[in-house]
Amino acid sequence: MEFIQYDHVSKSYGKQLVLDELNLYVKENSFVTLLGPSGCGKTTTLRLLGGFEKPDSGKIYLNGNDITALPANLRPINTVFQKYALFPHMTIAENIAFGLKIQKKSKEYIDDKIKYALKLVNLDGFEKRSIDSLSGGQQQRIAIARAIVNEPKVLLLDEPLGALDLKLRQSMQYELMKIKQELGITFIYVTHDQEEALTMSDTIVVMNQGYIQQIGTPEDIYNEPENAFVADFIGESNIIEGIMIKDELVSFLGVQVPCVDKGFGTMKPVDVVIRPEDVELGEPGKGFMDGVITDCLFKGVHYELDVQCGQYEWLVHTTKYFEVGQHVSLNVIPFNIQIMNKPESEDEEVMKEND
Amino acid sequence: MKKFKKGASYTYLGLIFLFLYAPILVLIVLSFNNSMSRTVWGGFTLQWYLNLPSNDTIMDALFTTLRITLSSSILATILGTSAAIGINRMKKHHAAIMLGATNIPLLNADIVTGISLMLLFTRFTSLGEFSVVLAHIAFSVPYVIFNVLPRLQSMSDACIEAAMDLGASPAYAFYKVILPEIFPGVLSGFLMAFTMSLDDFTITYFTKGAGVNTLSTMLYTELRKGIQPELYALSTLLFLLAFIMLIATNFKGMNKKEVVR
Repeated sequence: MEFIQYDHVSKSYGKQLVLDELNLYVKENSFVTLLGPSGCGKTTTLRLLGGFEKPDSGKIYLNGNDITALPANLRPINTVFQKYALFPHMTIAENIAFGLKIQKKSKEYIDDKIKYALKLVNLDGFEKRSIDSLSGGQQQRIAIARAIVNEPKVLLLDEPLGALDLKLRQSMQYELMKIKQELGITFIYVTHDQEEALTMSDTIVVMNQGYIQQIGTPEDIYNEPENAFVADFIGESNIIEGIMIKDELVSFLGVQVPCVDKGFGTMKPVDVVIRPEDVELGEPGKGFMDGVITDCLFKGVHYELDVQCGQYEWLVHTTKYFEVGQHVSLNVIPFNIQIMNKPESEDEEVMKEND
Repeated sequence: MKKFKKGASYTYLGLIFLFLYAPILVLIVLSFNNSMSRTVWGGFTLQWYLNLPSNDTIMDALFTTLRITLSSSILATILGTSAAIGINRMKKHHAAIMLGATNIPLLNADIVTGISLMLLFTRFTSLGEFSVVLAHIAFSVPYVIFNVLPRLQSMSDACIEAAMDLGASPAYAFYKVILPEIFPGVLSGFLMAFTMSLDDFTITYFTKGAGVNTLSTMLYTELRKGIQPELYALSTLLFLLAFIMLIATNFKGMNKKEVVR
């Protein structure tokens, strides 16, 4: 049996079904990210493991033990909350010592642990400070310190960087990865920020409307999305309806283009995903189709272009500048064309229409 | 012109304070008056204050008041705090109903509350000190709830969850996390309950039964019998006590605001 296992877990609030028969396995010492839009059930999945919610049906196992009915205070799991949830009437040292005092550890042990934890989160010497005197980023580090001094088997992080600004968020991502390496425990991380997920995780679980859409490494998820929802949610994409004529040949927007995918059958309707950075622009007539640049935005690292080809408007990322109104050709190497089955569940379809 | 405006506004303010506090000032002055007359100043004396401890009626009423006020305000604080915690956890709709019900004793005329409590007590128990305590708890609880509930609502649920997450049992989380957070509210609720109970005349009068007298009911009966300057002294002391409590409550409030920024 795996380290953490969700076995057919369902949960609803009132009439709204949040998780439907969820099955999920997590390996020990991995960094797993639950990724999805708000309302997809990722936070509920996390809270079920933390013990803050009870499933309506199904079981949750930790290390082979059924912990479904175990209350939060008896689970060897600690949580870093989105809004820090530090105790405002206690000093930083008292906040960090909270769990250790409950475990009745000696004063020396507690003091050592506080020192160690503050060092780990780069806040040495902050013991006596009050919570009010800290910035958001510092508060979140204290929240992390407070959780890890208890040496949990699993650390749950519920959008811990959500309230921080971009620069701070990026540096905290590296710190979290460092802390993870130092501690060697399992991290389960919830976020709606795909970049965060891609940067930090060993495994990403993409969720939508209570269902798992895809589980895989960040590379798998980005390069080989299994359905249109994943492709659309992770990064930006051109998602085009097409027909798989036969193995390694797909037709879309009236042209036939070679690809590397096999096994979809013949004349099968599919979704074609092409990442904006994989589209190469050239002189008219030299690609598989021609178009006109309708918009060109400077984004720092690259330009973001809209290219109108008949009815379809392509999103293209390029480092070269193009004039609006310029005629170009589009080209994509076969390897960068991703073919996906049409969505089978209605929920996926709904999501696509909403976007 | 500007000076005149300012002068006028200070005069206006002075007049307001004069009319508000003149009656109490008269009372305080008379409590130091070395004469039984209500109109003639007979020189300064402390004798009415010094006489107080030897007056059995007054001392008896004082101790009865302290017993009733302390026990009712402590019990009301415990009940009101528990009620606030319960209401805070309720669904919005249910909480609104509970709060509405809590409002009724506040809005109801004291005399109606007094009479209905009297009728209730004569049917199910007897009138006496105990029934006064019950009555005082009944009208004090809402004040505690209204002081504690806002503190609870401003507290994030995540703090309680964090405490549980770190291994705290629900009871431990309550004492270490919830109580310190809501304590200012609990304290001001207690002080209000204390003042209300100390001040109350109407409800006490109807629910006390024969032989039991608090300071306020005693004052009422004694003053009808005739002039007793000791009672002025006692009233002055009561006013001072209420005044000090008021300042204490406000001072706490001011301090809190500073911390919150």
